[in-house]
Amino acid sequence: MNAPNKSGWKPSAPVTGDSDSPTTTGNRALMLEEPLIFEIGRTGTTGVDLPPVPENTSNRLGGMERSETIGLPGLSEPEAVRHYTRLSRQNYAIDLGLFPLGSCTMKHNPRLNEKVARMPGFADVHPLQPADTVRGALEVVSELANWLVTLTGMHSVAMSPKAGAHGELCGILCIRAALEARGDARKVVLVPESAHGTNPATAAFAGYEVEDIPATAEGRVDLEKLKARLGPDVAAVMITNPNTCGLFERDMKAISDAVHAAGGFVYCDGANFNAIVGKVRPGDLGVDAMHINLHKTFSTPHGGGGPGSGPVVLSEALSPYAPLPFTAKGEDGTVHLVEEENAGEWGHSDAFGRMTAFHGQMGMFTRALAYMLSHGADGLAQVAEDAVLNANYILRSLDDLLLAPYGESGPCMHEALFGDEGFAEDISTLDLAKALIDEGFHPMTMYFPLVVHGAMLIEPTETESKAGLDQFIAALRSVAERAKAGDDSLKAAPYFAPRRRLDETQAARKPVLAWEGELAPAGKPVASEIGGQ
Amino acid sequence: MSRYYTEDHEWIEVEGEAATVGITEYAQEQLGDIVFVELPEEGAELEKSKDAAVVESVKAASDVYAPITGTVIEVNSALEDDPALVNSSPEEDGWFFKLTIADESELEGLMDEAAYKSFVDGL
Repeated sequence: MNAPNKSGWKPSAPVTGDSDSPTTTGNRALMLEEPLIFEIGRTGTTGVDLPPVPENTSNRLGGMERSETIGLPGLSEPEAVRHYTRLSRQNYAIDLGLFPLGSCTMKHNPRLNEKVARMPGFADVHPLQPADTVRGALEVVSELANWLVTLTGMHSVAMSPKAGAHGELCGILCIRAALEARGDARKVVLVPESAHGTNPATAAFAGYEVEDIPATAEGRVDLEKLKARLGPDVAAVMITNPNTCGLFERDMKAISDAVHAAGGFVYCDGANFNAIVGKVRPGDLGVDAMHINLHKTFSTPHGGGGPGSGPVVLSEALSPYAPLPFTAKGEDGTVHLVEEENAGEWGHSDAFGRMTAFHGQMGMFTRALAYMLSHGADGLAQVAEDAVLNANYILRSLDDLLLAPYGESGPCMHEALFGDEGFAEDISTLDLAKALIDEGFHPMTMYFPLVVHGAMLIEPTETESKAGLDQFIAALRSVAERAKAGDDSLKAAPYFAPRRRLDETQAARKPVLAWEGELAPAGKPVASEIGGQ
Repeated sequence: MSRYYTEDHEWIEVEGEAATVGITEYAQEQLGDIVFVELPEEGAELEKSKDAAVVESVKAASDVYAPITGTVIEVNSALEDDPALVNSSPEEDGWFFKLTIADESELEGLMDEAAYKSFVDGL
């Protein structure tokens, strides 16, 4: 039997007090105001009990011991724990709700992956341990490599790159090594407008001149303009597929054939592979190198939860130049590590070098393989289908209200793209995004891709339910209607976030990156004890 | 003195042997609040339509291209401390750099004010 509610209070009861009035502490019920750690820490306080150092104790620091205080705030253990827990409650996370960032794939991190990654045989190994003591871990790397090569229809994979852009660099360096090996010093890398912004940065970092290739009106690479630009100076073309407009590059095979005919290589940015995994093999489309973001497609933690991991699959033409180290299976089925000292024995003397000191992100490898094995090949194909279905559900649930610039270009892939056409003058995409925070959602990606005015790029991912998507759509519809109707109150949103609208311009022009002040001495009250400010 | 415009929203003002380059009112409005400008070095040799400077706003970072080929003779160092000049006065105080004119015929392919205005109206 339920306990009777004697006061008769219901959540819908009218507010009689003044809900805007300040509290003494600055806290708002369970939303706790929290100063900087330097403002609550004192000198002389510590969370660790160390015995006093006896006088005249010798050390082996050779006169390098610290002679001054270093100004770190001192807190007791519960104070430190509470500080960070309070801050974390002001944050938004994938475990709290939908994270609709486009081009980012903020998908659920299955708990099974976490369990597997914490198994001591994987979690507690050291990269310098003798290979004989880590056969199981090597087997995991080898098995994951096998899945990646099979899913992409490619020849080999470099496992060591640490994230997407690092993988891009690895792929472009393989291309450069292949060109140099044939004595062909090509200087130009072509990057279409619909590619990720890291692509031109990678090409420039690797020493290439970057040239843009325009998109067609429907948001795809302009094949004719690309063909017209190809020539003996073009080292590679970098194409993001599916592209940043959320569209599949249908001409990919024709693009690859044309680039190969002109003696160049095709780099594919595979960050959006989650839209096509299990459905399309990039190797069949003529791709020579493609990075795969394990932290996106294969659900390993992303953003603050990282680190990323960006293995690069390679065509047969580029495989001889793949960086060391990598795993290889011997005739007896044992997995070996191929490093500088034994590369010759494995017929791999042309590696361009190394991307990292060690073997890659082991913790991400175990998580990604757990994800693959728990889904199976058919499950991975369904991941792509559901991601595309969810994005199209969002696209078609909003395209009567928001401009979908490529809505006529066929179904979108894993992300839906809108522009700000029809918003009242003075109301911007930024205002809409801030109002979405008041509705309890993390905003979508804004102002990217650049080819769409006031762009809003939304990627729901496959793990969101229809009910969850409907809530998001209802929230977005309500703020979009206000934006179109010219509701000026949007300009001051968010109203209910822990902080109101931040001055992004001032933060970029005059960033304050270091705390400058003096720690309160031990025993003195600190800010949090005298009223929160 | 005559002023020309590019499709990438740079303006170039020719004054005798040299020319001044900046971005247009339309460009600054599209970019939003500008927070950083990276200028070329004096003496840098710029090539028509190639990267000359970078402008960064709260929304995006964009390249500024050289409208013509020439050598940089002066840069607007005021932008380093006060990039907001590009927002407040894009076509006057917020100029980016001055350069020599290597080939006058390159100016012929650029738009005049009326042509640029109708180009922007069509966007």
